[in-house]
Amino acid sequence: MSSEVKIAVKNLFKIFGPSPKKALSLLEQGLDKEAIFEKTGTTVGVQGASFAIQTGEIFVIMGLSGSGKSTMVRMLNRLIEPTAGQVMIDGEDIVSMNAEQLVSLRRKKMSMVFQSFALMPHLTVLQNAAFGLEMDGVDKPTREARALRALEQVGLDAWAASMPHELSGGMQQRVGLARGLAVDPDILLMDEAFSALDPLIRTEMQDELLKLQAKAKRTIVFISHDLDEAMRIGDRIAIMEGGRVVQVGTPEEILQNPADDYVRAFFRGVDPTNILSAGDIASDTQVTIPITDGRSPRAALQRLIKNDRDYGYVVDTDRQFKGIVSADSLRELLDQDEQPHLIPNAYLDDVVTAQSSDSMQDILPEVASHPWPLPILDDSGTYLGAISKNLFLRTLHRSQPEQPPATETTETTDHGAH
Amino acid sequence: MSMLNFDKKVIPLDEWVQTFVDWLVFNHRDIFQAIKAPIELCLKGFEWVFTGLPPALVILVFVVAAWRYAGKGVALFSFITLMLVGFLGLWEETMITLAMVISSVFFCALAGIPLGIMAGRSDRFELLLRPVLDAMQTIPPFVYLVPVVMLFSIGTVSGILATIVFALPPIVRLTSLGIRQVHPELIEAALAFGATSGQVLRKVQFPLALPSIMAGLNQTLMMALSMVVIAALIGAGGLGNPVVQGLNTLEIGLATIGGLAIVLLAMMLDRITQSFGKK
Repeated sequence: MSSEVKIAVKNLFKIFGPSPKKALSLLEQGLDKEAIFEKTGTTVGVQGASFAIQTGEIFVIMGLSGSGKSTMVRMLNRLIEPTAGQVMIDGEDIVSMNAEQLVSLRRKKMSMVFQSFALMPHLTVLQNAAFGLEMDGVDKPTREARALRALEQVGLDAWAASMPHELSGGMQQRVGLARGLAVDPDILLMDEAFSALDPLIRTEMQDELLKLQAKAKRTIVFISHDLDEAMRIGDRIAIMEGGRVVQVGTPEEILQNPADDYVRAFFRGVDPTNILSAGDIASDTQVTIPITDGRSPRAALQRLIKNDRDYGYVVDTDRQFKGIVSADSLRELLDQDEQPHLIPNAYLDDVVTAQSSDSMQDILPEVASHPWPLPILDDSGTYLGAISKNLFLRTLHRSQPEQPPATETTETTDHGAH
Repeated sequence: MSMLNFDKKVIPLDEWVQTFVDWLVFNHRDIFQAIKAPIELCLKGFEWVFTGLPPALVILVFVVAAWRYAGKGVALFSFITLMLVGFLGLWEETMITLAMVISSVFFCALAGIPLGIMAGRSDRFELLLRPVLDAMQTIPPFVYLVPVVMLFSIGTVSGILATIVFALPPIVRLTSLGIRQVHPELIEAALAFGATSGQVLRKVQFPLALPSIMAGLNQTLMMALSMVVIAALIGAGGLGNPVVQGLNTLEIGLATIGGLAIVLLAMMLDRITQSFGKK
């Protein structure tokens, strides 16, 4: 993914009510939302939000209702005026834009898909899809051609002449999506876009969105209260609670290291085997044994004994995985008479490896059926780490709040001689 | 209580109003003549059309319009109504009333729809306008007949002006209501796609408020018809005349056919215009 920042939100506040400035200074004094509401009658919608959205990523803002996520997305195109802070889009602060610049930004650079579809009931499907272009003053033949192309992308070109109320909910939202796509925006804001659809259609729409995203990379800001949805489509997720952004990260990062109990509670009941891949949980804490630096089996055995490990993972200088040796197999080798004692002769039979992209479900049988931790390699065969039964089970229990989250970093690490 | 003594008038509001209207009449006659001109022009135009055309053609136009917009039943009803007023000897009066009512509704729409749109889009304006509309609907027409006659003299134009005062509120209110009933999400969606305030009005609010505006137009039309008799008191002519004349001379028959023609005309216009809103 390109690391270019598309949208940067800096210390953004939204305060609803009669005296936002006063509430802002009270916030700075450290009062909380409830105290401010009692004192001034104002509601803090979003407080001190800062994050950056990369070009071409699907960025999910997730939170329960009332967490400020809908307010947040509306401040990205200023449907709601921020009280304080900055929203930088392509390096330009949109909060300081005048009305004309704002209209131009909304017409050219971004579009929006709504939870309630918000299709114009008096316009046909085609006219709805062409709505953004019409606002921009694009002439009728051009805008209808482009709208039809957008409808083709969502598979609704045959319905161009229908009225929105003649379509099912899922189809209506496809029209909403086509309306968003027709203006060919850099940024697509999706406010709970699929939440009103039934689960089957929702999944279908998510797939559709991912398919469209694979064809033409846009920066998508997706608001959701549905964790499964966030996990499915999000490249990165921001979790909001009470107007604050409490954590931003990839689904895997957040699942593995929830910032607080709120985030952890969110992930309770999530089946991590669906989300985490072998590469996410592989731990590089096993003893690695480089074979090309002239180490003898005896030195390798010493290393295992010193680290109190039964198995060693043999790699070459490029960290390409070669095989697994055990303390027993090394001792057997050293007991043999014939010289020289070469490490490859001590490789265990029956060693299988897994790819970093394999899901936890895929690797479960392999982890379970061997006494040694399962070695995990990347696409080029480089050794990344291993997954023991213990680690696998710990990961499964990670999302249970009763268990304190285990952190890999506290364990002793040995990265081998490099 | 002896302190509160209502024997003497403390606030001579009546004198103030009298002085003010006198002053207006003496010093600003030109302004009122200027207001009078377009109304007169519009009225004369419609009068010329309705009374100048052969009755058969007028009937044909109404029946075809009713058929096209409201269906067979209304077309038949319109045919019977117009034939009947003709046979009752009230054709000329009916056509004058029609011209008057249509002129009134035309000016009501001209002023009322923009006012309603402004009220629909601005809470403050709505707040200011509401008591004015309440007053227009509740003040008995006889109260403002006097200043209207003083300023515009007796005649059909004065009748139309009094009718406009009486019939304006519904179209303003229903236009405002129609604008306000547009789902906020739709406006949000339009804004999100870069619509300007004017585009929101033209592309979203107005088209979606149209059924409500049409209902307002229909109500305004009905109220304008109910003013026909009162307008006749200040010399407006039309179907109000036989009623007023019947009242003055106790000719119950004359008053009855005048009243019957007004009711039939009202029903016909109501059925035809109601169908506009549903289209």
